[in-house]
Amino acid sequence: MDTFTASLDAALALLLHADAHLYGIVSLSLRVSCLAVLLAALFALPLGALLAVAQFPGRRTLTVLVNGFMGLPAVVVGLIVYLSLSRAGPLGELGLLFTPSAMSLAQAVLVAPLLAALTRQIVEDAWFEYADQLHSLGVSPRQAALTLLWDTRWSLSTVLLAGFGRAISEVGAVMIVGGNIDGVTRVMTTAIALETSKGDLPLAMGLGIILVALVLLLNALAQAIRSWAARSAQ
Amino acid sequence: MTAMKTAMFPLQLSGIGFAPSGTTILQDINLTIAEGSCTVILGPNGAGKSVLMRIMHGLLAPGSGRVEWGSLEERPLSQAMLFQRPVMLRRSVLSNVAYGLHVQGIPIPEAKRRALAALESVGLQHLADRPARVLSGGEQQRVALARAAALQPRILFLDEPTASLDPGAARAIESGIAALHAAGITIVMVTHHLGQARRLARDIVFLAAGRIQECTPAHDFFRQPQSQAAADFLKEELP
Repeated sequence: MDTFTASLDAALALLLHADAHLYGIVSLSLRVSCLAVLLAALFALPLGALLAVAQFPGRRTLTVLVNGFMGLPAVVVGLIVYLSLSRAGPLGELGLLFTPSAMSLAQAVLVAPLLAALTRQIVEDAWFEYADQLHSLGVSPRQAALTLLWDTRWSLSTVLLAGFGRAISEVGAVMIVGGNIDGVTRVMTTAIALETSKGDLPLAMGLGIILVALVLLLNALAQAIRSWAARSAQ
Repeated sequence: MTAMKTAMFPLQLSGIGFAPSGTTILQDINLTIAEGSCTVILGPNGAGKSVLMRIMHGLLAPGSGRVEWGSLEERPLSQAMLFQRPVMLRRSVLSNVAYGLHVQGIPIPEAKRRALAALESVGLQHLADRPARVLSGGEQQRVALARAAALQPRILFLDEPTASLDPGAARAIESGIAALHAAGITIVMVTHHLGQARRLARDIVFLAAGRIQECTPAHDFFRQPQSQAAADFLKEELP
């Protein structure tokens, strides 16, 4: 019980004293994960929508793969991205290893299947309602995918939040490709892991409380924006 | 343009059969739809009316037989269909009507202008900026009719367009259909509403158990149907 009270004190102290160091870690976490979700969404949303509306050979297999990859272990993704970005790897020349960009890339790979699978489900449900009408209007699969992505935008914003939640809360991938370098690639989760292994449990827990609070706050904000926008546009 | 005008008619169905996974829905359908006609397809539930219409419109591929549009090689684009439950996109009424025009590559200002004109023709221009999905069922069907009309189709298919509407809304849709027909658009409609069929139809196609039982001018059909099945159907129907 002492640890918890001490943790709350530590969290409060962190927030009250709010040093630049802490802000650096928090803002890096946010930047890395936002970029990751953006990158993943650019690829995963169209993919999910096409899986829902287009008929092409291998569609079923691809759907099974995408669904299966939702549960990819973060450390495995980290390792794969690490190998790709390391000197000898195919993307080694970019020199991205141990940079925030590498961390975004790893998190993007991690959340892309989640975004694609959830998008496919949502778009497919809407397609069920729209299919006859869109076919009647002579809409191509590409146009149908774009139409449905736009029409399900409010549901898809929840999908993006789920992706963001998974990205900002994972530790394995960013630890491997980022290296947890203080001031450069240290994010909230890797800082928590480090403080825990150093034995500074209150500080680790304090950081954890801030992380959870941050995720909750973002979700509340997104929910508010969504219900406001949905009311005005249906 | 004149050459194009005649090219897509008549719509000719020959030897159409449809039997997905062994269940026969339609068999041996031969039917000709002439330009400017107004054909109503009648028949009991499960007769295959909607399936027949979907095959004509190109939403379903027939299991056997051919759908031929005049001398055209391909399904023409200048056709539209109204469904029993109107599908409203999650956007404004105006955007819903303009959507079909965008799809055909018409530039946005032109599409909006034509959409607004189509909305005016169904008397809903005052709702143009409202989200389409909050409208009543009757208003939604009028928006769907405007969306179809905005495409300036040569033929319009309607699958029980007033089945879930109250009498007032049904009348509004019916007069919209009559106006489109008067403007020269060929109409093919499925309905269960005999009064509506009497008012609108020039020709009746009576379908039962997946076969065309008769194809008669409407006036004759309601006075003296040629098939026993149709006579029974008319007797059972409430006035």
